[in-house]
Amino acid sequence: MKIRRTKIAVIAAAAALTLAGCGDAGNDDGDNGDGGSDGFSPEVVEDASFDDGTRMAEIAKDGKVKIGVKFDQPGIGFKSATSDTPTGFDPNMGKILAAKLGIPADKIEWVETISDNREPFLQNNTVDFVIASYSITDERRQVVGQAGPYYVTGQQLLVAADDDSINGPDDLKGKKVCSVTGSTSIKTVEEQYGATPAGFDTYSECVEQLKTGSVDAVTTDGAILAGYAAEDPDALKVVGEPFSEERYGIGYNKDAAGMCEFINTTLEGAFEDGEWEAAFDDSLGKGGIDLPETPTLDPCP
Amino acid sequence: MSQSTVLYDTPGPRARRTYRIIGVVAVLALLVLGFVVINILYENGQLEYEGVWEPFVTPAYLELLWGGLLDTLKAAALAILGALAFGVLFGIGKLSEHRLIRWPCWLVVEFFRAVPLLILIIFIWSLYSLQLDRSFHALVIGLVLYNGSVLAEVFRAGINAVPKGQAEAAYALGMRKYQVMTAILMPQAVKIMLPSIISQCIVALKDTSLGYVILAPGLTKVGREIWREFGNYLATALVLLVIYLVINLILDLIGRWVERRYTGGRRLDVGAPGALGEQDAVAQVEAARKAATKGGAGTGAGGFQ
Amino acid sequence: MDALTENWDLILDGFLNTLQLLLGAGALALVVGTLIALFRVSPVPVLRGTGAVYVTIFRNSPLLVLLLITYYGLPQLGINPSFYWKIILAMGLYTGAFVAESLRSGINGIPLGQAEASRSLGFTFGQSMTQVVLPQAFRNVVPPLASVFIALTKNTSLAMSFGVAEAAFRMKGLVNDYATERWTIFIGIALGYIIIVEAISLGAALLERRWRAER
Repeated sequence: MKIRRTKIAVIAAAAALTLAGCGDAGNDDGDNGDGGSDGFSPEVVEDASFDDGTRMAEIAKDGKVKIGVKFDQPGIGFKSATSDTPTGFDPNMGKILAAKLGIPADKIEWVETISDNREPFLQNNTVDFVIASYSITDERRQVVGQAGPYYVTGQQLLVAADDDSINGPDDLKGKKVCSVTGSTSIKTVEEQYGATPAGFDTYSECVEQLKTGSVDAVTTDGAILAGYAAEDPDALKVVGEPFSEERYGIGYNKDAAGMCEFINTTLEGAFEDGEWEAAFDDSLGKGGIDLPETPTLDPCP
Repeated sequence: MSQSTVLYDTPGPRARRTYRIIGVVAVLALLVLGFVVINILYENGQLEYEGVWEPFVTPAYLELLWGGLLDTLKAAALAILGALAFGVLFGIGKLSEHRLIRWPCWLVVEFFRAVPLLILIIFIWSLYSLQLDRSFHALVIGLVLYNGSVLAEVFRAGINAVPKGQAEAAYALGMRKYQVMTAILMPQAVKIMLPSIISQCIVALKDTSLGYVILAPGLTKVGREIWREFGNYLATALVLLVIYLVINLILDLIGRWVERRYTGGRRLDVGAPGALGEQDAVAQVEAARKAATKGGAGTGAGGFQ
Repeated sequence: MDALTENWDLILDGFLNTLQLLLGAGALALVVGTLIALFRVSPVPVLRGTGAVYVTIFRNSPLLVLLLITYYGLPQLGINPSFYWKIILAMGLYTGAFVAESLRSGINGIPLGQAEASRSLGFTFGQSMTQVVLPQAFRNVVPPLASVFIALTKNTSLAMSFGVAEAAFRMKGLVNDYATERWTIFIGIALGYIIIVEAISLGAALLERRWRAER
């Protein structure tokens, strides 16, 4: 009797498997933005040449480059589970850099990074560049190189579009504010503005909690929040002035000779010829977020 | 099927009729409950194919789930292998005649059994500077330390469960301590311990889900990716639940088979003295589990002795 | 030690939240567990089956996945209680399965002869229950129930990633802020949990002794 039942279960499972393969989820068309090919594509320099001994010369000779970006932040750096390439402002900046090295977008190897693992990636040469909402700080510059900034943002608040009660950090007292457990942002709103902290593992989960009304606000860098607001402008909005300053830089290995100058030159060029703006319009700008002022680059060390 | 327990007498004709009525009412109640649940699901669009269940019949996402499942199984397998080594080492350490060995082993085992697995994993991950590509290591190491400590207790109990005369006889034959352990005690203890080891596999497998918190590869991470794309939270979570359930139930079956095969069901005497008949699957595993880990509940068998 | 001494108020607050979760989920688990245990020992096959299915499902489910269901699944059905209640619900239903098993094994652990003997001495069914069966069952049930609540204590740490600032949440924050004091922080927070665990053990031991003395 028992064996019989198991058999039936096995048959049912097999039947379920044969049914599999008829679905077509996520492949309907390219409008979900993970196609990549029809997205942002800066002009690739045909015969890029660099001085011998520089890291750029090596990369250009290899014809491929490894770039660390985030995979889980829409607008900034996001890759859907089944697509091959990430999209967002950071990957677009990566494409600009690669193009200047004579490398087309399909020769870029994208590596996922999260907030706290970026230095080792650069130190171990796991990646050539880190472009992953990577704030420039003195501590980080002790161990890795950071050129830029290519984008200046700051801690802000994401709230429900119909919420008028929160207009800045001073309105947070007693409100439930979500961010990643253990992050600086969540500490700031709790200690300085008296919010009740609600910790989750990723910003996406915080945003989901906000959408269901379980928390009153989500806080982290404005650029990241802008990405979520851009995804769902009817339900979400970013409010208030930034109450901290985060300057996103491009990380590289400190030992890579000439790298900072190359990045700064590339950024300057991109600011001027409109590629930086195009990179923004193709990602964060899609949600109607205004193009920020062109940042002033730090001089190379 | 008539039966008698301490709770009630063997039912007479009237009682049996009452039971039947209660039974019918219960079936009706279950049907109503099922209908209500399905209705709620339907009204909230959770039974729709497109965008809700479609990903789970789409090859790309099935591959994704399969990959996640392999990662999860890998984590569980590595954890159990490591835990076995850890368990043997510290289990024997706890049996040592030397205080300097016994006490530290006792301390380590008790500590890791009493500490929440999650904070252990987070701590280990923080030692890795929270690097994403290390989260899998952190998960496995945490699982090894925790399950290893539980298995150390299982080992100790298993060795102690071998009749004393066995060791005494071996010593009388002139065997050394090492020989007694490996040739006499261990082979017999392993048989007794097998069911407990398998139920610990279930615990380890369930706990691989904690990888979610540190973004480690595995089923829960894949689940996050899928619902991030489709917003089909409930469907995805239910699919994850079913996958875990199916694997655990398979392990459960294997455990029961091993128990019958190697221990002749001896363990069954401990917790379920035939009260509800042999069909009662969970009771059997519970009995074995309880005997070895003193009541291992999910993420932890607690430090209760 | 700075990390612990400077933030003792946060840590204490965290453990208070941990205890709150423990009490809430523990209470629900007792209610659910008792109900399911009654099902499982009842003479009605349908109820026994229902109880067995409940226990099988909830014992073999990862608690984390249950939390995902209450946190992300329920709101999709228009059911959206506060974080606290979502955790209590998931942990209570989960732990309830283990409570049910403890209770049942406590009852089944009483030799049939005890009930038979009391009946043959002329006790009524009720007397046999209250004087003979249940007192023994309670005593049998204490140690496994204590293990279940110890496991629950440790499981409350999952709330860290589900919006409640309990002890584990505080640990993760501190570990990030005081990178050089990780070991101290970890051991400090671990000791906090160990104190709760030991308190449950101690309470169980006292209860057991009291009932033994009454016999």
